[in-house]
Amino acid sequence: MSEPAPASTATEQGAALLDFSDVQLTYPGGTTALSGVDLKVRRGEFVSVVGPSGCGKSTLLRIASGLETVTSGDAHVATDHVGYVFQDATLLPWRTVRQNVELLAELRDHGRADRREAAQKAIDMVGLTGFEDHLPRQLSGGMRMRVSLARSLVMDPELFLFDEPFGALDEITREYLNDELLRLFAERSFAGLFITHSVSEAVYLSTKVVVMSGRPGKVVGSFDIPWDMPRDPEIRYTAEYAALVGEVSHALREGHDS
Amino acid sequence: MSAPEPTAAATLRLPIRGGVQYWAPPLTVAGLIIGLWYFVSYVFLDPSRSYLLPPPHEVIAAYWDPAFGPDMFEALWNTAIVALTGLAIAIVLGVSWAITMNQAAWVERSLYPYAVILQTIPILALVPLIGFWFGFDFTARVIVTILIALFPMVSNTLFGLKSVEQGHRELFILQRASQWTILRKLQFPAALPAIFTGMRISAGLAVVGAIVGDFFFQRGTRGIGGLISLYQARLNAEPLFASILLASVFGVIVFWFFGWLATRMIGRWHGPI
Repeated sequence: MSEPAPASTATEQGAALLDFSDVQLTYPGGTTALSGVDLKVRRGEFVSVVGPSGCGKSTLLRIASGLETVTSGDAHVATDHVGYVFQDATLLPWRTVRQNVELLAELRDHGRADRREAAQKAIDMVGLTGFEDHLPRQLSGGMRMRVSLARSLVMDPELFLFDEPFGALDEITREYLNDELLRLFAERSFAGLFITHSVSEAVYLSTKVVVMSGRPGKVVGSFDIPWDMPRDPEIRYTAEYAALVGEVSHALREGHDS
Repeated sequence: MSAPEPTAAATLRLPIRGGVQYWAPPLTVAGLIIGLWYFVSYVFLDPSRSYLLPPPHEVIAAYWDPAFGPDMFEALWNTAIVALTGLAIAIVLGVSWAITMNQAAWVERSLYPYAVILQTIPILALVPLIGFWFGFDFTARVIVTILIALFPMVSNTLFGLKSVEQGHRELFILQRASQWTILRKLQFPAALPAIFTGMRISAGLAVVGAIVGDFFFQRGTRGIGGLISLYQARLNAEPLFASILLASVFGVIVFWFFGWLATRMIGRWHGPI
């Protein structure tokens, strides 16, 4: 386990911010999305979930955020500060970058000056300084995703949920944003739950990778990733990294075939 | 960390107005229509029947004829006031109606059928009745205008309010935003493009509505509709066509104004309507 957290929060390292045990979710139509899922995410942990499409990985996040309720089992989230980065940037097209980044704080009735300051910090943090007054339609896909990231950062979440946020981006942009996410994670030390269909992205970003099987979604494998945070981008070209990506991919394929 | 994306802002690409390429096609069509008009007036129609379609320049000359011109512009003014008053009320009423329906499914189920009836009812048949109920002056005319212009406002606003993406809605729900906040900060701005489209359609209909009421009442302050029916009865072909043309031009101006307003208000993020 790595130790990226600042001293103040180091004592809370062991507390699981997200704790799912034997979670099952069946939709009113009778489709079972998840079955018997156990999952824990602690502060300072970054857990990625990979699995075939339609295996209910996104449903995990919807449960964690309270958008869905479990049919049986226990889904416990130990914090009220939950950040949720959707698959799309979901920016409001009539709001400027700054106004979009301020949105969540505004909805929570934070003071004008406070949210302005927090928004500026978040905008700087994702590298969008100078674009505060641009509208979403004037930005590229990667920049929109950064705005979306900044919008969640303003709330200083303890548990950060990511639903395939970089899935629609090109390879280079995705790698840039992966590195930025790692840097943010090292700085803020939140608990991260990251859904992706890219095994190499999962291995690179995470302290732990969880593999799910197809419908109904079940956890079929779990891999601890050894490297410290923040990570050297060069690890992506090491044999050890390739071996881990291979292992996870095998588990994914077995889960898919079974 | 440097951004890999381009640093310059993409500028909005609007069609270049004022160029020959922009104006040539509509002007060509106008030329063709005027040409066809002259052809019908001079070649197609027997001179003894030319009152059925007098040539364009004689129609235009009617505006300067002291026997007709002042009457026409005064009537247009009266019609304009009725149309704009009715339109303003239809906009407020239509948007409120749609917002009310949007609050709950059962409210929509209760109220939407009546919005549809408004659209399907033969308003022409109701016009005389409205005259009897409300008198034949301003109020009755405005009511006819509202009845004709209301439905597009209701249906477009409702469509716009419902066009909000699920992801946006969840973004607000996750912050426990109230329904009022969601309406104010999400649904209403998202509906603005549809509302402006509704306004353009209703604007055209409001002009029609003001003329229809006037045309049938034949009483009270005379608007363009009353004038048209008067010239018809007297077989005054030139001023008849001139007043029809005037009413159409006014409709076009109102329609164009709302397009301009929409581009000004929301063009920056939505593009031209």
